[in-house]
Amino acid sequence: MNRRRLVLSVNGGDHEVWVLPSDTLLDVLHDELGLADVRYGCGEGVCGTCTVLLDGEPVNGCLILAVQAAGRPVTTLRGLMGPGETLHPLQECFLRRGASQCGFCTPGMVLTALDLVRRRGRASREEIRYALVGNLCRCTGYTKILDAVEEYADQAADTPDGVPS
Amino acid sequence: MTTVGPPQPAGGQQLTEEQLTGQPGSRYRVVGQSPAHHDFVDKVKGALHYAADWRLPGMLHGKIVRSQLPSARITGIDASAARALPGVVAVLTAADVPSNRIVEMASGGLAELEVSMPVLATDRVRYLGEPVAVVAAVTQQIAAEAAELVSVDYEELPGVFDVESARADGAPQVHEVGNTLVSWQIRCGDAASALAAADVVVEGEYRSQHVEHAYLEPEAGVGWVENGVLTLRVSTQVIEHAATIARILQVPQSKVRVIAAYMGGGFGGKEDMTVEPYLALLVWHTRRPVRMIWDRQESLVGSTKRHPFIMRYRTGASGDGTLTAQQVEIIGDAGAYPNLSPRVLFAAAACASGPYRVPNASITSSAVFTNNVPSSAFRGFGAMQIVLGYESQMDELADRLGMSRTELRERNFLAKGDLLPSGEPLGTCVEVAQTMHRAVALLGEPPAPSGPGKVTGRGIGCNRHPYGRAIWFRDKAAAWLSLQADGTLLIRCGVTDLGAGQAASLCQIAAEVLGAPLDDISIYIGDSALNPPAGGTFATRQLYMSGNAVLQAARELRDRMAPVAADLLGVPPDGLEFATGRVWPAGAAGAAGGGDGGGGDGHGADGHGGDGGGVSVTLAELAAACEQRSISTAHLSTWRGEAGSFDPRTGQGDTFPDYTYGTHAADVEVDTETGQVRVLRYAACHDVGRAINPMRVEGQIQGGAMQGLGYALTEDMDIQDGYAQAALFANYLIPNAQDFPDVLVAIVESGEGKGPLGARGIGEPPIGNVAATIASAIQDAIGVRPAQLPMTPERVLALIDARDT
Repeated sequence: MNRRRLVLSVNGGDHEVWVLPSDTLLDVLHDELGLADVRYGCGEGVCGTCTVLLDGEPVNGCLILAVQAAGRPVTTLRGLMGPGETLHPLQECFLRRGASQCGFCTPGMVLTALDLVRRRGRASREEIRYALVGNLCRCTGYTKILDAVEEYADQAADTPDGVPS
Repeated sequence: MTTVGPPQPAGGQQLTEEQLTGQPGSRYRVVGQSPAHHDFVDKVKGALHYAADWRLPGMLHGKIVRSQLPSARITGIDASAARALPGVVAVLTAADVPSNRIVEMASGGLAELEVSMPVLATDRVRYLGEPVAVVAAVTQQIAAEAAELVSVDYEELPGVFDVESARADGAPQVHEVGNTLVSWQIRCGDAASALAAADVVVEGEYRSQHVEHAYLEPEAGVGWVENGVLTLRVSTQVIEHAATIARILQVPQSKVRVIAAYMGGGFGGKEDMTVEPYLALLVWHTRRPVRMIWDRQESLVGSTKRHPFIMRYRTGASGDGTLTAQQVEIIGDAGAYPNLSPRVLFAAAACASGPYRVPNASITSSAVFTNNVPSSAFRGFGAMQIVLGYESQMDELADRLGMSRTELRERNFLAKGDLLPSGEPLGTCVEVAQTMHRAVALLGEPPAPSGPGKVTGRGIGCNRHPYGRAIWFRDKAAAWLSLQADGTLLIRCGVTDLGAGQAASLCQIAAEVLGAPLDDISIYIGDSALNPPAGGTFATRQLYMSGNAVLQAARELRDRMAPVAADLLGVPPDGLEFATGRVWPAGAAGAAGGGDGGGGDGHGADGHGGDGGGVSVTLAELAAACEQRSISTAHLSTWRGEAGSFDPRTGQGDTFPDYTYGTHAADVEVDTETGQVRVLRYAACHDVGRAINPMRVEGQIQGGAMQGLGYALTEDMDIQDGYAQAALFANYLIPNAQDFPDVLVAIVESGEGKGPLGARGIGEPPIGNVAATIASAIQDAIGVRPAQLPMTPERVLALIDARDT
């Protein structure tokens, strides 16, 4: 097996890993780096549970090969938290609004929503719906997720730099 | 029928909050709040470790070899190439299974054929995707490669793929004993005569489809052996499968332990075993840790589905709209093995008449074997498919009689004390009329069509859904509480958590009774070895069963400690209040300003005095005082649900402990050119008895309604000649964030449920109303009633075309 050495830059730290050319970013983040917040849900790029930010943009970790991510900043949900696991304001909104049930979709939802608000500021509910179509949730019916993202988008728009974190 | 458990409202009298909690002068402090605590916190952090997230030293990876044909004889299996692949540690077939028979007597032996399901197929496969062999290898890739190398020779056999063909003479037999797994009947009065005498009779046939659970977390788990005990940590709703796993391995039950991880969704699909027996075999043979994760495509093909139903209804009424009789025939496609089909079809029969009084009824239901993938539990469990049947009949009847749909329903709604067709009286109030009015009110004024070629319509759908297992299972649940020396509280209870707040609600109930702040409570769940058994999380039973167990255990523990606290405070034992981490003389907690939200600090040793003048002791001081007096602060308690019996020959007897009632209402717009149905507004209202955590109740209703919208309009796990047509997740359409509007929710709290503090279950009920509600709205828009699910644009357009020709 031809493994090759790779340095992945994840949540602000560099990690040396030895991967197969066929290993997906999802495989390596979950199984090699132990990031349980990046999850296998379908392997087809349909459900969004393996969403990470690559160069700041949401991608499905199951559709990217690990070698493609070499040297590019990767952020997972856990990378949003401050010291001592202090929650990001968007995570606070999810918590307060009851936007998780089983929680399996939550990391992907939060990262995709964060990207939207960073780009669009006070996004409308319809814009939020559109942005989240690639992140499926089977539990909540989406209403509380939309409530949480809307609340965060309003907060973001009310801060000078547009982003409350 | 005997009732064991907490006192129930009798003679129309509701118990006071004081009687329910045992707290004098109590008003709820923690129950009725929506704290964002426990599992929510790790979920928004992404920190929760699901079943696939464990890794052990030397861990192998398991992979199932599945049948490629729906009906065939196995003539040979050659595993030599797979075994020769470097990195492969084991390839197991039927010969390696100590006891290769899973017998699920899902009706408790009341009525069904006894048919066993092999863990690994021996000489015959009965559905596409049936496990034939299982492989363990050092990496997941090698395991997958090895599974491909296992060569299975088949001789194809004729199969049967729909229930009508399966019941025809000369049909291929899925099992030697016959194709009809179970037939139930429920009868009262004389339905045939009453129908003949009715002023008006309506009839209809309604059909539903195979549906995929589509939980986002696929089936997964890790197993290992330690001290001679096989332990499986899996995504499961039922840790009690440990007993079945022991039988398969032919080891004592004490040698198998099942731990349920918090699930990434289950919806009934993790009620039967999934990865468990395969993991167990591989771990037992290799003596090494093994992980198994079904990939999504494997899950689509090989996991259980919702039963497709054929439902035939005839309903008679007098001229004023009073129902006089109903005949119902329900046939469900069980697929290739029994699983939970007998129980699903029982629930369908027991609930077939909905929330209405039907004095003469003849109801039959059957589960029929086919060579399709097995059907089994799925949120709603038979009692949901039939809502389309009984509600379609009510709308038809209203139209025939020229009455409004709400008026006709109100004339026939059940009330407390009424007899169900099974002959049992309803023991709690029926607030379905209130839910109907509130759901309709939430919609506001009907919207106008958005343009030419568009028509709008409004629909409603009411339901009666059971919570708790069928009464004849004599259900029970246990909880074990310990007040720690520092005044914090441990709860141990064998519930599993689907994400609906199963564990968190138990914390709220214990906090209410014992006064421990939520932050001071830890709950340990889902472990067949270390928790007292609570039964699985299914049948909307956990709040009802484990909620009552925790409530009972908490009251008993408090009653044991109360004399000690009374002694410390110099008040009578019945004059105490447990709140904010302290025990107070009755009424003093509120006066000291500590009555809000249960968020106080119970750790201080400042005990007497202070706190605005109230005298109190901390729970830590109380624990110490109990210890000094040799009084235990740990308490194990078992709560037993109602018991009863059902006679399958007469079709009379006890069915379910109680029901949750609700109504949904919707406005839709139909494009008459394309048949496209757009849901404009959606509202849902259920009587939950008491909302332990209103935010989580809303979440259940919104999520259930959304799953129901997928079922009604888009989802179809189409199986043609035994082959699933959706091989990819991209081909199976569950609702996304854009498909449907927000679900507006109203909650009714009648206070009369049989759950803790008067609660009713709400996990399953809200998925039931949706298809009927949307069908009702489409009929209102186009004048024709859809009778087949899902109501796709093609089908709606065909209805419009048929209407216009």
